Amino acid sequence: MSGLDFDVAHLLAGSLVLVSFLELYQDRLYALLNVYAAHALVLAASVAWQALIQDAPHLYVTATIALIFKAIVIPVALHRMIVRLGVHREIDKVVGVGPAMLAGMGLVALSMVVMLRVTQEADPLTREDLAFALAVVLLGLLMMVTRRNAVSQVVGFMSLENGLVLAATGAKGMPLVVEISVAFSILIAFIVIGIFLFRIRERFDTVDVHALDRFRGERR
Amino acid sequence: MLLVLLLAPLFTAFVRKVKARLLRRQGLSLIQPYRDLVRLMRKEVVLAESASWLFRIVPYLIFAATWVAASLVPTFRTGLLFSWSADLIAIIALIGSGRFFLALAGMDVGTSFGGIGSSREVMIASLAEPAMIMIVFTLALIAGSTQLSTIAAFMTSPAVGLRVSLGLALIALVMVAIAENGRIPIDNPATHLELTMVHEAMVLEYSGRHLALIELSTWLKLILYVSLIGCLFAPWGIESAGAALPTLAVGVAAYVGKLAIGGFLLALFETSIAKMRVFRVPEFLGAALMLGLLATLLRFVSGSF
Amino acid sequence: MTLTSVLACAAVLLALGPLAVALGHSRVATRLVYGTSMVASAVSLAAAIVHLIGAVVPESITLPVGVPWLGAHLRIDALSAFFLLVVDLGAMSASLFALGYGRHETAAGRVLPFYPAFLAGMTLVVLADDAFTYLLSWEFMSLTSWALVMSHHRVPDNVRAGYVYLVMASFGTLALLLAFGLLAGPDGLYTFSQMRGAHPSAALGALVLILALVGAGSKAGLVPLHVWLPLAHPAAPSHVSGLMSGVMTKVAVYGFLRIVFDLAGEPSWWWSIVVLAFAGVTTVMGVLYALMQHDLKRLLAYHTVENIGIIFIGLGLALAFKTFGMDFAAALAFTAALLHVFNHSLFKSLLFFGAGAVLGATGERDMEHLGGLIHRMPQTAFVFLIGCVAISALPPLNGFVSEWLTFQAILLSPQLPAWGLKLLVPAVGALLALAAALAAACFVKAYGVTFLGRPRTRAAEAAAETDRYSLAAMMLLAALCLFAGILPGFFIDALAPVSTALIGAHMPAQSGSQWFSIVPIAASRSSYDGLLVFMFMIISGTLAASAIHRLASDRLRRAPAWDCGYPDVSPTTQYSATSFAQPIRRVFGTVVFRAREHVQVPPPGDTRPARLIAELHDLIWDAIYAPLVVGIGIAADRLNRLQFLTIRQFLTLVFCTLVVLLLVLAVWS
Repeated sequence: MSGLDFDVAHLLAGSLVLVSFLELYQDRLYALLNVYAAHALVLAASVAWQALIQDAPHLYVTATIALIFKAIVIPVALHRMIVRLGVHREIDKVVGVGPAMLAGMGLVALSMVVMLRVTQEADPLTREDLAFALAVVLLGLLMMVTRRNAVSQVVGFMSLENGLVLAATGAKGMPLVVEISVAFSILIAFIVIGIFLFRIRERFDTVDVHALDRFRGERR
Repeated sequence: MLLVLLLAPLFTAFVRKVKARLLRRQGLSLIQPYRDLVRLMRKEVVLAESASWLFRIVPYLIFAATWVAASLVPTFRTGLLFSWSADLIAIIALIGSGRFFLALAGMDVGTSFGGIGSSREVMIASLAEPAMIMIVFTLALIAGSTQLSTIAAFMTSPAVGLRVSLGLALIALVMVAIAENGRIPIDNPATHLELTMVHEAMVLEYSGRHLALIELSTWLKLILYVSLIGCLFAPWGIESAGAALPTLAVGVAAYVGKLAIGGFLLALFETSIAKMRVFRVPEFLGAALMLGLLATLLRFVSGSF
Repeated sequence: MTLTSVLACAAVLLALGPLAVALGHSRVATRLVYGTSMVASAVSLAAAIVHLIGAVVPESITLPVGVPWLGAHLRIDALSAFFLLVVDLGAMSASLFALGYGRHETAAGRVLPFYPAFLAGMTLVVLADDAFTYLLSWEFMSLTSWALVMSHHRVPDNVRAGYVYLVMASFGTLALLLAFGLLAGPDGLYTFSQMRGAHPSAALGALVLILALVGAGSKAGLVPLHVWLPLAHPAAPSHVSGLMSGVMTKVAVYGFLRIVFDLAGEPSWWWSIVVLAFAGVTTVMGVLYALMQHDLKRLLAYHTVENIGIIFIGLGLALAFKTFGMDFAAALAFTAALLHVFNHSLFKSLLFFGAGAVLGATGERDMEHLGGLIHRMPQTAFVFLIGCVAISALPPLNGFVSEWLTFQAILLSPQLPAWGLKLLVPAVGALLALAAALAAACFVKAYGVTFLGRPRTRAAEAAAETDRYSLAAMMLLAALCLFAGILPGFFIDALAPVSTALIGAHMPAQSGSQWFSIVPIAASRSSYDGLLVFMFMIISGTLAASAIHRLASDRLRRAPAWDCGYPDVSPTTQYSATSFAQPIRRVFGTVVFRAREHVQVPPPGDTRPARLIAELHDLIWDAIYAPLVVGIGIAADRLNRLQFLTIRQFLTLVFCTLVVLLLVLAVWS
């Protein structure tokens, strides 16, 4: 693998982490969706590049799925959902930006250390791709933890899934069947969450998941 | 040294012009800042009664610090005379000295506006400076040097390649540059609405030649940051010392081109974004700091970032 | 030769104490004590410089005092010579300052006897070459400084400060005692040279490190052992505050260096992690605390905490490099730390003297009652400004040089193989940069509120310039700050023998490089030239000034302040220290201090003013010390019951103890 191939792949994977940070930074829902679309776009580019350098045509399919579903369909759908729910002006945050970013830094450091230590003998690209992918997954989880609004939690979940895809392509590709089934499961999860969202909203007049806790009689 | 001094007002005028054109206004002529300077120099100074000697020497101090810093940044050739006398950390600290004295001057007359400006400026600086140091760390670790000439020379060499940490550092540097120069999401250089001012509030009591010097220093700082970004992340066209005259001419042309692109992008960015509330600024700069720290961390953890 | 002259000076200082008691409360006593102290420190300073620059071989001497048959061992090597230099320079300038300042002293009878004894104590700590002499001098230093802190014992705050100081000092000495005990081992090695020969095991060394960090760190002011420092330092008379902050904390650093770098044997790699973590936290916490203060001297004291953090960052890096055999980088980090020791002693003394001059002129330490002093005290204002620029680490003064060297050392650390260090060092670098920027913010506040603006009270309005001795002392220190800032190469070269002795390598000689620039590693890597930067600034500033005055206008008119057309008559509408720090309090304080602001608006019809109340919590005190105090109180109450037993019960107690001890003995053998 030549130096440039490596550098580009590396840069794209790194940008994915960066965009995850941007998601963490954004607290407005519209902007968050745009950032998520960018996240998916970078993922698609990254997967496509892997397809090119690994000569694995089925990865192109993965990239196309990422591009069409994750970068266009889901953001547009979520966008509509936000408009219909009327929550587009809401800002939500349990933890402030500063602490959240700090925690994110810690997670990235953690994933670097863990991955680079565990995979001593793998080739450098895979190692660092895996490290980045783990970082993206952890950041997605962090996002789900630090938000109250269900829509942001969906976005966090989606970007977590993007991290999984990155990990899978980094490890010399994966069978197309697996890929498609994962994509479909995500889609179904998305639909379920969408319906779920409307149900919460009907019932409690808000999409703040905190309301569910109150309903169960729990205190935050 | 003289080049940046002469170009600085022109550059600011260019940014203003592009902004005006983007808003479909005519805009002022490109030599307006020079006229302003001359007029301010000729006017008498109206000094507040409670102003001290510090208030009167601060403009010269700020000007000296900024000018020295600006002349240490390679513009179109490396290996400037005495460029080894201060490295990138020292240049940042020099700008810091300028800001320190400006904030003091804001406190000197004893008005509430001066105080508000100084207080906010130091808050912004207290986050922007560490972010900048982190960016320097990243660059220094990649290039193995904090010397600007060496870094610029290294950046032109093919050994660099695309690096994640460089990308992070670039974004952080742009964010810091916007904050340090008081450009739009942080501070509005054109405002005279009291509660939104930071820089303008500090220099409120200045007039005449003092104001002229402070304005000039502000413009110098802007061109300094654009040159810095150009020198670090787009080092094409910077010639090494002792190059022949024609190649130098190419270097100058490349430098002017870089400035033009930088100015255009800045104007575009400023017209398309709204100013932030003051207490959003720490989050913005905190993000820059985190990016810088992330870039450094990546460098530390693995050599290939 | 040098050692005897230094000891003679110390003996003179020791003799001066009883003499001052005899002379009592008179004008002559003030002059005599401070004058003699100044001369003695100057002589001792000269000896230290000769020893350091001349790179003389270490000298030692055994005096027939102290523990019978063993005597007191004293020794001067490069490390002690350097710290002796710091001590004596501080002592000399403080004595000079006190020649003027001491005349205002109301409780001279409680200051004069202890002052020379305090100086002698610090000198002897640095020279001690056995554990007993060391601990004795250390305790002597602590007690005399405690007496000085308590010199105004009728002020309630001072009583609390003295109490907390005494407790913490005893605690620190206990830790050092245990550390020396461990080093001495079962063979009872007593002198430092014997300890150096014994190689303690890894576990033992680790324990010694922790104890040294606690013992020396509590004296130096490492967070969370810093609590006594901002109480005690401001309570003492200002020249003593300057000595305690500028010099005594350095003696504590010396103690740490002596034990960890010299006596404790081979360091393990994780030692540096412990030191760096404490240092990083100390640096940022110190400056954040300082930003929240509005008492000028307390603000300065908290800055000492910050600077101690910076010094320990350098030492931690040096330890890390040393364990991995990177001697050259270790020398760089070590030199940076020592240079900061020297620089900090200069500007911190200067700033405390400045605060003392303000206190003498106005009787106020609270910045909210000051303002506009630059008009009344222009010379003090000027030297104080130099101190502020120096401590804010701005070029071309000296504070910047040592921080720059620390940054250069951090930039060498990616080669370190340990993972923990790879993650910790960049974080510490970020903390250091943050602290440097916050320090600048803090000194804009301190200087701006105290010296600039308009006077906020009558006292500030009526202030007059301070006396010429005080000014001379401050000018001397300011000149040294500038000199060390623009020609740092000389100072770095002078530190080479110290670094060679403890690290085994030293930085390349700087004096040969062109234009007196400093080049820590290689010219293509990094260099800084204070002289040229200074000259460039002077030239461009004067060029601009003369060109404008010659070619354009030089007319000037005085008028009322414009202030956007809302001239405010009352000086109380100015930004105060609390309001200046508000943005930073909001950004950092909400997490670090749980800062909250409440506005109390009286109901309509009520003419009382609305109040904004800013609430801060010292979380370290609340979390560590407050429970400790409560616990000790409860324990003391329990023990108190022992006083009210009957005689029979007492006898039972004694008897039981005896039996238990005998049982222990029986089981043991």
